[in-house]
Amino acid sequence: MTTAETTASQASPEEASTLRTIRRTGLSIGLATGLYGISFGALATASGLDVWQAMVLSAVMFTGGSQFAFIGVLGGGGSALGAALASLLLGIRNTLYGLILAPSLPRGGWRGAARAQLTIDESAALAATGTTTAQKRAGFWAAGVSVYVFWNLFTLVGAIAGQYVADPAAWGLDAAAAAAFLALLWPRLRSGDAVTIAVAAAFIALLTTPVLPPGLPVLAAALVAVVAGLLPSRRPVHLEGVEDESVEDEGAQRESAEREGAEREGTATADGAEEAER
Amino acid sequence: MSLVWIAVIAASALSFVQKWVGYQAPPDVLDRPRVSRVTTLLPIALLGALVATQTATSGSLLVLDARLAALGAAAVLLWLRAPFLVVVVGAAVVAAGLRALGIG
Repeated sequence: MTTAETTASQASPEEASTLRTIRRTGLSIGLATGLYGISFGALATASGLDVWQAMVLSAVMFTGGSQFAFIGVLGGGGSALGAALASLLLGIRNTLYGLILAPSLPRGGWRGAARAQLTIDESAALAATGTTTAQKRAGFWAAGVSVYVFWNLFTLVGAIAGQYVADPAAWGLDAAAAAAFLALLWPRLRSGDAVTIAVAAAFIALLTTPVLPPGLPVLAAALVAVVAGLLPSRRPVHLEGVEDESVEDEGAQRESAEREGAEREGTATADGAEEAER
Repeated sequence: MSLVWIAVIAASALSFVQKWVGYQAPPDVLDRPRVSRVTTLLPIALLGALVATQTATSGSLLVLDARLAALGAAAVLLWLRAPFLVVVVGAAVVAAGLRALGIG
């Protein structure tokens, strides 16, 4: 393990061993991420979904933030439409990942559909750490497939266990949902602007809670991001920094931090490497 | 079919469409700074709002209870770089413990 990791961080790695390391990293990301499918499953049934509905969300929607938003709005007394809208707003970033990943992944056929379905924070982040097309592909598929398998497996475990919880509040499950959202937000708070927007959105959601139907305050708060994003920036340099790292920002900072340097160097030569592979 | 089922299926299907569309769009969409800025900021605003409503509201009321203490515990655990599951379970334990003691 140590040998392979050392190789991966060197400038001219042996490709086969690098790919093995990437696949192993993908597997560990899958296991770690999949484990919190337990909390999703348990919270889903606590907020009123049945096991099958929780499983459809994990198998088909398959994007953690959106799934938590869906059950959060529903559990808070919001409408089914509000839950769907909140989950779709959070899912917009997956479109961005597709744009970034499109050049390095196969298109058409079942792989074309599979690459779309497996496009999530973790797979996009591990793909972004690859310096060659082969590495990007290995990272994408390894993280995507492992997260998919473990996420669904542990959602089922959590949903079945959650069914037997009579009073979710007595078990602190409502607080667990708040903590889950904070944990999803935490890695994104890497700039002052991000903190400002998160706090502003939180205030708007609280201020509008007494006057809007449940579920809508969350959507009203999302307008903060849209307005802030469309306004001409007073600090353009800072915001550009945020954009450039959008993929690394999302999710697997743990791995990407180690290879960030390598990626920067590799971007320019990625096309050349692809030629060589053929 | 219940409204919840319709929402589950529709949102799930549209979520796939969102992912799929990204691969079909012309790559120069990425060069529009406002598009990528909104895409980056949207999850931050939504998650910030969800933290607030999940912690301090009940229906259309603002409520301060054991959840706030639990959120504080979660923040400390995150600051200590605890894994996701530890953060979530830790918050649940704090809230359940306070409620068992009759607080919040």
